[in-house]
Amino acid sequence: MIARRPRYATVLMYAVLAAYLVFLGFPLLWLLSASFKSSRELNSLSVNLIPIEWDFSNYANALDRQNLVTAFGNSMLVAIVTMIVAVLLSMPMAYALARLKGRLRAAGTVWILISQVFPTILIIIPLFLVLRSLQLNDTLFGLILVYVTFTMPFTLWMLQGYVAAIPPELEEAAEMDGAGRFTILRTVILPLLAPGLVATAMFTFVSAWNEFFLALVLLQSPELYTLPIALRSFLGAEGQTQLGPLAAGAILATIPSLVIFGILQKKLTGGMLAGAVKG
Amino acid sequence: MTVIDTPAAPTPSKKPAKRIGARVRAQRKEAIALVIPALLPIIVFSAIPLISGVALGFTDATLARNAETNFVGLDNFVALGGDTRFWGSFGIGLVWAGSVAGLTLISAMGLALLLNSDLKLKSLTRILALIPWAMPPVVIAIVWRMIYNPNSGPLNGTLEFFGIPGVNWLGDFSTALPAVIVVGVWSGIPQTTVLLLAGMQSIAPEQHEAAAVDGAGAVRRFWHVTLPALRPVIIAVTALDFIWQFNSFGLIYVLTEGGPGGQTMIPPLFTYLEAFRNREIGYASAMGNVLVLAILVILSVYLVNQFRQNRKVRA
Repeated sequence: MIARRPRYATVLMYAVLAAYLVFLGFPLLWLLSASFKSSRELNSLSVNLIPIEWDFSNYANALDRQNLVTAFGNSMLVAIVTMIVAVLLSMPMAYALARLKGRLRAAGTVWILISQVFPTILIIIPLFLVLRSLQLNDTLFGLILVYVTFTMPFTLWMLQGYVAAIPPELEEAAEMDGAGRFTILRTVILPLLAPGLVATAMFTFVSAWNEFFLALVLLQSPELYTLPIALRSFLGAEGQTQLGPLAAGAILATIPSLVIFGILQKKLTGGMLAGAVKG
Repeated sequence: MTVIDTPAAPTPSKKPAKRIGARVRAQRKEAIALVIPALLPIIVFSAIPLISGVALGFTDATLARNAETNFVGLDNFVALGGDTRFWGSFGIGLVWAGSVAGLTLISAMGLALLLNSDLKLKSLTRILALIPWAMPPVVIAIVWRMIYNPNSGPLNGTLEFFGIPGVNWLGDFSTALPAVIVVGVWSGIPQTTVLLLAGMQSIAPEQHEAAAVDGAGAVRRFWHVTLPALRPVIIAVTALDFIWQFNSFGLIYVLTEGGPGGQTMIPPLFTYLEAFRNREIGYASAMGNVLVLAILVILSVYLVNQFRQNRKVRA
């Protein structure tokens, strides 16, 4: 029905699309290329994406730095534990938000919205004091507790969307058979929720893995640094920075998130929104 | 009271009233048991800090050990009223968040329109478009520092190739803020595009066809069909983008640390330095309170305005 587009318009659209692709993709490509360049090439004003001489020592150099390897381990530990704990704690409440009517649902939704408006900077100061009084500041355990709390608005919102998509009739049938609420949760809801749980867990992992500000304030000991903090301290004063190993470290820090986003790609551009928006 | 809506099971019982009471009580217990595990950390690490954060703004608390904390009423806010450095930072924050939210919307709209058309290479673009979303903010800042680097960056390299003198993008007073805004837009495009695309795909194709039959070209169809249908999504997305950017920290902290000469000193950065470098947490909390208030005022003005216009459009 819609009239055919003139040829020049199609050409123009491809040109604009190409411009977007370059703009969006170039930074990662440049980082990748920098991680294989020699320091001589890195410190010259060059525009070539493909290194003139390939230098693979940057990765070895990055891994040689003990603090970067430790930081990788710290980040992995923090992100995995945060992911598991956040999903386990959120699941029952997400179920309640999706299934129970009335004030609880309204209160939960309002809190999720409020948590978006309040700047972390206002919460971080008293949070620092609370953790200090619990002697949990400058510990990975304290950081994990904070991450679990701060990822929860998101995990709750996503999970309740997935629960809402499960027909309540299934539960009613089980209830008729005399099953209790927790039996229903385990045997009816959990299996159907599995794909949603995995997607939510992966998102939680990425947000804990990428987080910078809370870790910056709460961690002081270099041996506890997570990867973003270690990379930032790597940066140091301009001119003294070893760009090659820094780029290699940055690539290593990006890989886990990138892989997860690749896996979730379909959900991101379609299903997740349908599931999460539908209250 | 939270009530689980279950079909009223006809239970033949001698004392129905008492049984229902027991049932409601059991359901209440269930609801509490479901909510407690998530509520506990929220109360300890989110609600209590939030309330004490607001309260701290009315004290002279510092991070120094053994320092006494006194209630000082509105003293912090009075001092803040005359603090030109804070208000300068506040203005930079508005420019930063407003520009990033606005430019992200425009760029994401263009990308979403292309992704919603019949072009090839769409799936490749969809995957590439997610890169900025997946990258840790610190890595984003590191990459863009390399790109903007005056002595070895590809941007100045390209300029030199055309014989144009290089620019110290992040170090020059006039270019630093625009340069970080570009990075903000770059990192914000994916989420906004995904949301706009979802909105576009929910528009019935019949609407476009009807407009086409009436002789409307692509531009007019966008203006009269797509845009009005997307209005609620656009309002929500720009409001969220504005809030997130106004509160953002990591990207600019690693890119410029607020420099040069405070040209990119957005409010969260300013407040952070006041709290953890100057150790004046009472004064810093007062800044936080002002920021929350400002966001709420801006947001409600924006939303009320948009919804009023919306009603006019509908009428």
